Amino acid sequence: MKTKVRVRKDFFMSLFAVILGLVAGAGLMIATGNNPFEGFYYLLRGGVMNIERIGNTLATATPLIFAGLSVAFAFRTGLFNIGGAGQMLIGGLCATAIGLTFAWPKPLLLTAIILASLLGGALWAALPGFLKARFNVHEVVATIMMNWIAYWTVFYIVPWYFKGPFLETESQRIPEAASLKVPWLTSLFSGSYINLGIVLAVIFVLISAFILERTTLGYELKAVGYNRDAARAAGINVNRNIMLSMAIAGALAGLGGATFYVGFASNMQIGVLPAQGFDGIAVALLGANSPWGVFAAALFFGLLHTGKGFMNAMTAIPPEIADTIIATIIYFAATSVLIERNWDKLKKIKPKALFRKGKVEKLEAEAGGEK
Amino acid sequence: MIDLVYQIFPYAIAFTIPLLITSLGGLYSERSGVVNIGLEGLMLMGMFVGAYTISQVESASPGMAVWYGLLAATVFGALFAVLHAFACVTLNADQVISGIAINMIASAVTVYLARFFTGSGNVQIIRGMSRLTIPVLSDIPVLGRLFFTHTYATTWLVLLILAVSTFVLFKTRFGLRLRACGEHPHAADSAGVNVYLMRYLAVIISGGCAGLGGAIFIVTLSGEYNGTAAGLGFLALAALIFGQWKPWGILAATFFFGFASTIANVSQVIPVLAQIPGIYLKAFPYVVTLIALVLSSKSSQAPKAAGEPYDKGKR
Repeated sequence: MKTKVRVRKDFFMSLFAVILGLVAGAGLMIATGNNPFEGFYYLLRGGVMNIERIGNTLATATPLIFAGLSVAFAFRTGLFNIGGAGQMLIGGLCATAIGLTFAWPKPLLLTAIILASLLGGALWAALPGFLKARFNVHEVVATIMMNWIAYWTVFYIVPWYFKGPFLETESQRIPEAASLKVPWLTSLFSGSYINLGIVLAVIFVLISAFILERTTLGYELKAVGYNRDAARAAGINVNRNIMLSMAIAGALAGLGGATFYVGFASNMQIGVLPAQGFDGIAVALLGANSPWGVFAAALFFGLLHTGKGFMNAMTAIPPEIADTIIATIIYFAATSVLIERNWDKLKKIKPKALFRKGKVEKLEAEAGGEK
Repeated sequence: MIDLVYQIFPYAIAFTIPLLITSLGGLYSERSGVVNIGLEGLMLMGMFVGAYTISQVESASPGMAVWYGLLAATVFGALFAVLHAFACVTLNADQVISGIAINMIASAVTVYLARFFTGSGNVQIIRGMSRLTIPVLSDIPVLGRLFFTHTYATTWLVLLILAVSTFVLFKTRFGLRLRACGEHPHAADSAGVNVYLMRYLAVIISGGCAGLGGAIFIVTLSGEYNGTAAGLGFLALAALIFGQWKPWGILAATFFFGFASTIANVSQVIPVLAQIPGIYLKAFPYVVTLIALVLSSKSSQAPKAAGEPYDKGKR
């Protein structure tokens, strides 16, 4: 019963943040002389109007699902992983390196790519986890630093070893065998960007939900998240769990990087931190840190990102409206305390009393009118 | 060797100054107890507003345009920071999440507006700030050449702000109160300090500084707004931590980082430096910040209440 109330509350809070985000987006459209209804219509239509677009929405959502899971997983242990972008870069770099180096058959190569990106991301996040556990270095600052170390690592490693034939700023294209795109899936969605990443994403949503809800490990991780001291007193190895949680979060983000750089895209651009790493925070907040919530929130953001190009083609609205909406959603999700406070107040008023009060006022108003 | 230093120095200083003023902004905010991850976004807002203002008034008043741009960027940076202050102080929101939201809102909204105004999403200015040589002082051997030739007026402005800020934060009643809010807000409150007001002011000042920093970067180094602050705000944050939340520490840290970044940027054309792989120079600020965090973990100088929303009812 209690969890049901909790879920309902989370759902309405998320819905509220989304509505405020959409209102802010509408405000910006109006301020720049556009019709918001038209804008939202094309935004939605651009994401779902045909099977190819739906495929693109799913493909865009894939890295967001991983980034969101990553943030959510760490959050359940009371850790804030804002290093998703860096972990994605390292995961993508590992995947690209393997894809460009080995000429193995596709199943073997993809297995190696997935494992490498998992491991790369996990190690990249394990260091802030270690610093947190051993030296109590704040993981927010540490993961920010790791983001930029990853940024510069990719910035120099890619041109050194994997320079593309035309541009200094991108890697070579990965061969067909190293891509998560498979012909049957691509033709099923009539040539969209969709790839095996979405299948992996669903699998990892299930795995995350299973770990968090059904295993001792998940119980310990959450216990550390709820109350570190109580967990320690109960005999849980807090430091080990902190490192483990960060490593798992990093592994998820790393795999997300693989689904982006060797799934959605076919090469790596240097000089860009993937925006999905930060969007993942919005995804996790909106999804109330639950794996399926993350899945739904990522699909919604995928829709916004896929639809924005079409909207830009059909109206004069710049595509950054989607990013504005997402950013505003984060802002309001951060300030949800206000909503939460009022929610509790609302609950205290009994629905019957509310009705009666409304009725009395209405009667009074009528009486006043008659006077 | 000394010629090399002479060559690099003006660029290193030019790179240091926007970092310094932004980092100083972070100092105000964090000393009052509000963590400001949003420096990057506030800088970006300053870059956009500065570049746009200058591009608009450039033809009408070529001489003063850059100063109008700097002023507008400071004002809009401060206004934009109100959003962060509102979330963190009034609504008790998570300061990190709010800061991230500030970064994302800045990059989305400024690119949106830039596209709306110019079509391309880039805002260019024709004339940046001109370098000037200070008459008498530039004749001092070595130092004169390093510090007083080919300098920007903004460099001296920022150093002045640094000096004034140090005085204000550590020698005035206002500064003491502000720092008290970051160390022990309840004690400050019971001594009659309005914690909410102090934190609002600090975050707004930090927004103004970061906005100014962004605009200085535009008028001295880049010459255009192109939709990203390229991590400068985070570099300033790293400098704030590496400088251990002290004004002179920040000056040293930003100078180190500015010098390292400049060497990395020019290393391709200078043979002596080309031997050092750029990756080490570019990653250096972030690595040393991590190391500094580890080394200072036992005796961190971080404001004690930074990151905690102030709740009056909690004792």
